[in-house]
Amino acid sequence: MTSPAPSAMRPDSAERRQRWRTHFEESILPPLVALAIAAVVGDILILIFGEAPGEVYRLLLEGTWGNAYGFGQVIYKATTLTFTGLAVAVGIRAGLFNIGAESQLAAGGFLAAVIGLAMPAGTPGIIAIVVCLLAAAAGGGAVGAIPGVLKARFGASEVIVTIMLNFIVLALLNYVVAAHIHVAETLHTPEMRVGAMPRLADMSSVFAGSAANTTFLFALAAAAIVWWYLFRTRAGYELRAVGLQPDAAEYGGVRVGSVWAKTMIVSGALAGLGGVNYVLGYKHYYEEGFAAGSGFLGIAVALVGRNHPVGVVIASLLFATLSQGALAVNALVPKQMVDVLTAVVIIAVATAVPEVRRALAASRRSAGTGSRGQGTGQVEGTISNPGPSSQFPVPGSQLSSGSPS
Amino acid sequence: MSGLPALRMAGVVKRFGPVVANAGADLEVAQGEIHALVGENGAGKSTLMRVLAGMYPPDGGTIEVATSGSSLRDVTGWTTREAIDAGVGMVHQHFMLVPTLTVAENLILGREIRRGLSIDLAGAEAQVRELCDRTGLRVDPSRRVSDLSVGESQRVEILKTLYRGAKILILDEPTAVLSPPEVLDLWKVLRRLRDDGGTVVLITHKLDEVIEISETITVMRAGRTVGRMPTAGSTARGIAKLMVGREVSLALDGVAVGREPGTGNREPRAASVPSSPFPVAGSSALVISNLTVPSPRKSNEVDNLSFTVARGEILGVAGVEGNGQTELIEAITGLRLPSSGTIGVADSSGRLIDITTRDVRTRADGGLSHIPEDRHRRGLVLEYSVAENLILGQQHRFTAGAGMLDHQRIESNAASRIATFDIRPPDAALPSRALSGGNQQKIVIAREMGRDFTVLIAAQPTRGVDVGAIEFIHDQLRRARADGKAILLVSADLVEILALSDRVTVMYGGRMVVTLEAAEASPDVLGPYMTGAHGSAA
Repeated sequence: MTSPAPSAMRPDSAERRQRWRTHFEESILPPLVALAIAAVVGDILILIFGEAPGEVYRLLLEGTWGNAYGFGQVIYKATTLTFTGLAVAVGIRAGLFNIGAESQLAAGGFLAAVIGLAMPAGTPGIIAIVVCLLAAAAGGGAVGAIPGVLKARFGASEVIVTIMLNFIVLALLNYVVAAHIHVAETLHTPEMRVGAMPRLADMSSVFAGSAANTTFLFALAAAAIVWWYLFRTRAGYELRAVGLQPDAAEYGGVRVGSVWAKTMIVSGALAGLGGVNYVLGYKHYYEEGFAAGSGFLGIAVALVGRNHPVGVVIASLLFATLSQGALAVNALVPKQMVDVLTAVVIIAVATAVPEVRRALAASRRSAGTGSRGQGTGQVEGTISNPGPSSQFPVPGSQLSSGSPS
Repeated sequence: MSGLPALRMAGVVKRFGPVVANAGADLEVAQGEIHALVGENGAGKSTLMRVLAGMYPPDGGTIEVATSGSSLRDVTGWTTREAIDAGVGMVHQHFMLVPTLTVAENLILGREIRRGLSIDLAGAEAQVRELCDRTGLRVDPSRRVSDLSVGESQRVEILKTLYRGAKILILDEPTAVLSPPEVLDLWKVLRRLRDDGGTVVLITHKLDEVIEISETITVMRAGRTVGRMPTAGSTARGIAKLMVGREVSLALDGVAVGREPGTGNREPRAASVPSSPFPVAGSSALVISNLTVPSPRKSNEVDNLSFTVARGEILGVAGVEGNGQTELIEAITGLRLPSSGTIGVADSSGRLIDITTRDVRTRADGGLSHIPEDRHRRGLVLEYSVAENLILGQQHRFTAGAGMLDHQRIESNAASRIATFDIRPPDAALPSRALSGGNQQKIVIAREMGRDFTVLIAAQPTRGVDVGAIEFIHDQLRRARADGKAILLVSADLVEILALSDRVTVMYGGRMVVTLEAAEASPDVLGPYMTGAHGSAA
């Protein structure tokens, strides 16, 4: 090392602050830049439609955060996205790319609705809700367990298995509902008599008229628990080690296959819990395609939220705002334009974030020349994995260095 | 030697964020010489050479290269492409070859000879064959790279650089992966290139190599050039002092340094190896019987192997990499299942426990420590902090109820290990990736040797580690032996094996083809076994 070794064992507070600042810049600034880029692209699109961008954005905000119904709908939509985003993020932390949140979500909602239906009318509300939550987690977890166990036992790629399971599970659920338990003339199951989640609108006028319900609080709790699990427990330490370097985790006595299987179950269960939002909180029945797209959008939520529970919550609110805002701006521009904008956000985050981080590193290099002895750069001797680490580590993408033996 | 400069670098500065890799480095290399660039890991050698090869633009300083004729031309900040076109080629420590392609295909990659729409492979192979003959680098151009040994792969890397017309060849630690006979072959090739008018810059920190092969030496320390001298008249001790900046007791004294090429002078080493206080017989701590370990490629990567390591003994396993050492280590430590045989490890009371089917954690808890051969792949989670890495494998001992990790104990553990093992910079919160190779290895050593153990599997314990850290690590191994630990030392570095071991064995083709007392072992005796020349002698 070229740095003179500091004599103190622990870094002083100035250094700590500096480290926090760096951390802040690296995790917050890049998504903001990406959003700015997306806004510029949005401006151009709006101009092409012959509308004033300022007017469209004003409408978008008014229709979402600007009134009680819109705000409540944002919260409602963010609830499902938080669960699917957490599901994908937990998977990625363990090196697993779960593309099956879509079907896990549906399976969770379905099982919650069926179990809810089966419960007698007099069941106490608390018990009914707990049972339905467990059912939702079990439904999603069961669908998640299949790719998890196949990967642990046979090394099957969870990407392919989850994609295929999306088709199988959704088709199966549709068949069961259509052939056996639907209400005539509809594609949904009968309404549950017990287990409804209280609406937030009933508690506060802030959410008046919206579908927002107490499931949102469970989503926030789930994010907090996932954070605690990932960063404070031994199991989380092992899970992240498996995601970063499976060989090192194995060396450290971690059963990698078992972590993969367990993580896929947890990931599926989280996605499954997302189904509660609609089934227990909104309609009280399962309907074909009740949250179509929320599972896939969970991938984008995890990406934009950088696989961190706090980031996932923020990103869910962002995507929920765009989704709800699409309805609000429909009078001026087609609502598909907001879908395009959503896609632009995703692409901008995926491409701009590494670029911004590189630029930040470069500016720090020229600004703070030699001011601090330590850094995250490495000099020589460790060439095995150069470049900024990808924030979206798709498993199995590690290339061999090319040297045999 | 013409004496005219082939290249001159002056005052080169290169920073990576806050880390200054080159802080005003100078280098002048004459045409037609073999020039050794030496220094500890982290001294900035590789960075300086990458700047020369156009991979990084320098933040300061000038680079001049005699490209076509003999006069120097300012090329500061050129690109890799320009460097290659001007005849400057670099052979990296980590090979950059496509394993599924043949040797010839790898060589012509990017500059394929076409015949119509298809590639003229026959023509390419003929060209490559001609180049092999001319340089003495013998490889069959039609073989797949994945079938080649490490030494052969390196030859392909050198061939690739020469195929692109390199007149100035830069080699980054080329001998790290070679057996002694392969090293001698490489020297022959380099001398031949030099005699044909080529210029070679050799990055290394092995001083015996420097003395043997180079004509001129440049020494770097902490990003600066601290010395330049002709090799004739230089001593290894003097160079080491310049590299480290202080006197070092070379663990490799005698074998590595004083050695005349071809003769093994063993006396100084023998003096530095205290005899074990434990009797070898009757106190075996590691007992391997009839062990056979498969790999995906081969059913007997380790072939019916039996041996023991006693308490207070270091058994050195020499051999060219890829002869079953990795599989043996992984079978002992629980990372790979043997197909037959048993593994026994003595517990603290000396009772032998059969661990053949136990999992990694149970083995570690039972007193087995493991310094893995590849710290970047297995030994460390590079994104994890130093403190987090210092508990890897023992994370179950650092919990505080409800499955939570006990951060206070993790931090106090880190503080004491960092102090005891002199890990620098002493900052437990730094990601391990940010530390130098030597200090990363100290994390592994601190973790594996800082706890209770009876048997240590030390694989390549000083690979890619600087001289100062090598001294420290060797010292730790000797101390552990004096404490009565049983140590299985697997190393591709014969010098290291000879400097530390009580007994030396050579693995070839999954068997231990010869086992000798340290006093009987020397590079000359072991060399033929390593290449299989005495394959049936065991």
